[in-house]
Amino acid sequence: MSNLALIATLLVMMALAYHLGLTRSRAVAAEHDVRMHSRPGYYGVLVALWCGLPALAIFLLWSFLAPQLIDMLVTQQLPADMVAGLSDRELQTLLRRVTALANGQGVAGGGSPEELAAAGHMARLQTIENFSLVALMAVLVVVGLIFARRRISPNWRARNQVERVIMFALAASSAVAIFTTIGIVLSMLGEALRFFSFISPAEFFFGTVWNPRFSTAGSASQGEFGLLPLLWGTMMVSTIALLVAIPVGLMTAIYMAEYAPPWLRNVAKPVIEILAGIPTIVYGFFALIVVGPFLSSAGDLIGINIRTTSALTAGLVMGIMIIPFVSSLSDDIITQVPKSLRDGALGLGATKSETIRQVVLPAALPGIVGAFLLAASRAIGETMIVVLAAGNNPVLHANPFEAVSTITVTIVNQLTGDMDFASPQSLVAFALGLTLFVITLGLNVIALVVVRKYRQQYE
Amino acid sequence: MSISIEQRRQHRLMTIEKSLAKRHRKENAFRRMGLLAVVTGMTLVAILFISILMRGVPAFWQATFYMDVYFDPEVVQLEPKPERESGESQFAFNERYSQWLTRAGLVNWQTLIDNALEEALGEEVEPRQLRDLRALVTSGERYALRDRFVEDPSLLGQTVELKMLASANVDVWIKGNIDRDLPDARQQLSAQTRTWADQLEEQGVIRNAFSTSLFLNTDSRSSLASAGLAGAFMGSLFMMVVVIGLSVPLGVSSAIYLEEFAPKNRLTDLIEININNLAAVPSIVFGLLGASIFIGYLRLPLSAPLVGGLVLTLMTLPTIIIATRASLRSIPPSIRQAALGIGASRVQTVFHHVLPLALPGILTGSILGVAQALGETAPLLLIGMNAFVANVPGTPLDQSTALPVQIYLWQGNELRNFFEARTSAAIIVLLGLMLSLNALAIWLRKKFETRW
Repeated sequence: MSNLALIATLLVMMALAYHLGLTRSRAVAAEHDVRMHSRPGYYGVLVALWCGLPALAIFLLWSFLAPQLIDMLVTQQLPADMVAGLSDRELQTLLRRVTALANGQGVAGGGSPEELAAAGHMARLQTIENFSLVALMAVLVVVGLIFARRRISPNWRARNQVERVIMFALAASSAVAIFTTIGIVLSMLGEALRFFSFISPAEFFFGTVWNPRFSTAGSASQGEFGLLPLLWGTMMVSTIALLVAIPVGLMTAIYMAEYAPPWLRNVAKPVIEILAGIPTIVYGFFALIVVGPFLSSAGDLIGINIRTTSALTAGLVMGIMIIPFVSSLSDDIITQVPKSLRDGALGLGATKSETIRQVVLPAALPGIVGAFLLAASRAIGETMIVVLAAGNNPVLHANPFEAVSTITVTIVNQLTGDMDFASPQSLVAFALGLTLFVITLGLNVIALVVVRKYRQQYE
Repeated sequence: MSISIEQRRQHRLMTIEKSLAKRHRKENAFRRMGLLAVVTGMTLVAILFISILMRGVPAFWQATFYMDVYFDPEVVQLEPKPERESGESQFAFNERYSQWLTRAGLVNWQTLIDNALEEALGEEVEPRQLRDLRALVTSGERYALRDRFVEDPSLLGQTVELKMLASANVDVWIKGNIDRDLPDARQQLSAQTRTWADQLEEQGVIRNAFSTSLFLNTDSRSSLASAGLAGAFMGSLFMMVVVIGLSVPLGVSSAIYLEEFAPKNRLTDLIEININNLAAVPSIVFGLLGASIFIGYLRLPLSAPLVGGLVLTLMTLPTIIIATRASLRSIPPSIRQAALGIGASRVQTVFHHVLPLALPGILTGSILGVAQALGETAPLLLIGMNAFVANVPGTPLDQSTALPVQIYLWQGNELRNFFEARTSAAIIVLLGLMLSLNALAIWLRKKFETRW
């Protein structure tokens, strides 16, 4: 039976169990002429859970363990002289060929007699495995169903048990977020450590030359992996972006929160929200096709040589991208400043702009700084705009009109196409990713702490 | 004495008067700066949309040949399509049929197109000019011709008016997307082909017709004019199914736990900080996670929408959790107290009363999260979804690209004149999808918004 059919059958059985539990609990109530502890539906659900959950658990465990067990048994059965002297990798290839043969697919060059024998053995084992799984699950389903159904009595606290299962499921799903973080940290650390076995951390973090070369097997030349040019490019592009986004975003937020008539607010807010929803690849394309050529020809007019793909192009467009981010965060924070502060200043005769500049903004400053930090972390982690518009030129220089490269661009360049995680050329992506993660995490943590402090101040 | 007081008062009033004018000027300047910022923001949105639309909309129409194609029996030398005979096994018939298909593939379908073009041009084309002639119609059309014939063999010996896509370069030439005065050496097409294209356009054989190939075809490398979005669209669709199926249930139940049940202790505090941080982790980091864990460790296939969906699920999870929590928090405590007061358990309170009221907010947040996932590119590049795929994926485990990745691939194509417009058109499709998702979310919010 295929896995899908198995699960479908299980679901049907659970539905049946629900119905049996439901009717049984009603029958028990009528028989003893008492009120049951829980409503009938809970008995139904509980019986269904008893019927389905153990079988499901076995199914998951089995699908995880059985293939490994079968591989082990087949390997043992292979002639000793065939297995001897095989590396892990070759053994894997051999097993894959045998598996393909066992599933009735052809393999390159046909199978040797030994392979065919092993495939026959594997096919037998698979049949046994499949049969025993179905049998075991069937037993568990039936036993669970009968057991739970017989336990139905007025005192059985079905609701509490069902709720305990629900609570467990809810808690388990909130653990997914934790596991994601752990997964990110562990995978990056693991691969980054492997990278540092090729290149020393000092060379990576303080190197000023980025020239990874191509990964050629067995070549002695390692290439140079200096982080600094990339970090510098990242900082340059993000700074330009923030120089665009902060003034425009902050003034937009102030105008929207303090001056704008309601109709303008109702129109402008969604429009700027649209800006936040546009995919970054679109911004990248916009930078490449419209902004780059425009800047280049504008530079020609005033006699500066601006490249089409440069730090300036990428920074400007990235700035446009984070305007809504800055403005909506600042807007929230400005509107949270208590009205009493404004009224006090206005009552003393301050004009509106004086109130904003001398009372509202200082009061909102920590929150706004937090917003800027979040914007900066977003600019640093942004990928597609710089991939398309920054020009990929990992050299240390201070000219914003020249092409640069950033951490994110390099991650994409080093890891696309080649999925062989053995060379430093692709492993470096994880070291870069780890650096990126640490930088943005630091910015986020500071920003969140600042914003939280600020919120408490006025709550 | 009194005069002095009066004088001082006058003096003070004058200073105030003077400074007041200055302060009002400053006030106005400040206000104008604010307005300027808002206008700048809106102008940028407008420039972005207008420039994409201007480039992309023309690409929805493509130069197309309307020609009479004669299925010449001398060229199409093929026995009738095999029918299954009585007593013939299914296997034997399949064998026979596939042999027939192979022979159909060997027919020189290009000759039919060449003949049709000669007919339309009204001149005999010399063999040495055949190359120029064949640059007119995109190379994919001969397979389209074969498929049409296989579908309906009764076409043999008939003349049918067919629509055929012009090649990418002819499209560029007809639309004037290349400088027509460039010297021959820098033109993509030979002088002869250009003359023919102009002549055929004048005759009305080449017309600008709505491009269905953009939506119905997959990406193509040999026949650029017929490269379409169908494969990328299916890939995106599979990923969205995975994202919706996983991240919405997981995110909502996780939010319910954290907001309604979790005890306030260090662990839940940690989870909370962790989720806020995850929401701000750069998307490319999730791509690295996918490459290392799903591809490197779990050995899931490269370029599969399933893996893309899993990566995007992890990425959207924090967004959905945060939106759901905000939505749950906005339900007033009185609802919960009322339910608890008449004897409902806490689980019942949440699932029977709080959750239904919070549903619109949860829905809005989920839609926005999914829209964000739909437009994400960077993590997909790291799990191999930028591979060239010429088939529409049939299952989430097949190789595939996604809409934003297709945009990335097309913008890098060497034939800039053609693909700049094609890419913009793809962007319009993607933005259309995303904006309709966003509009749906806003509409839901407006429709079900409750003020407590």
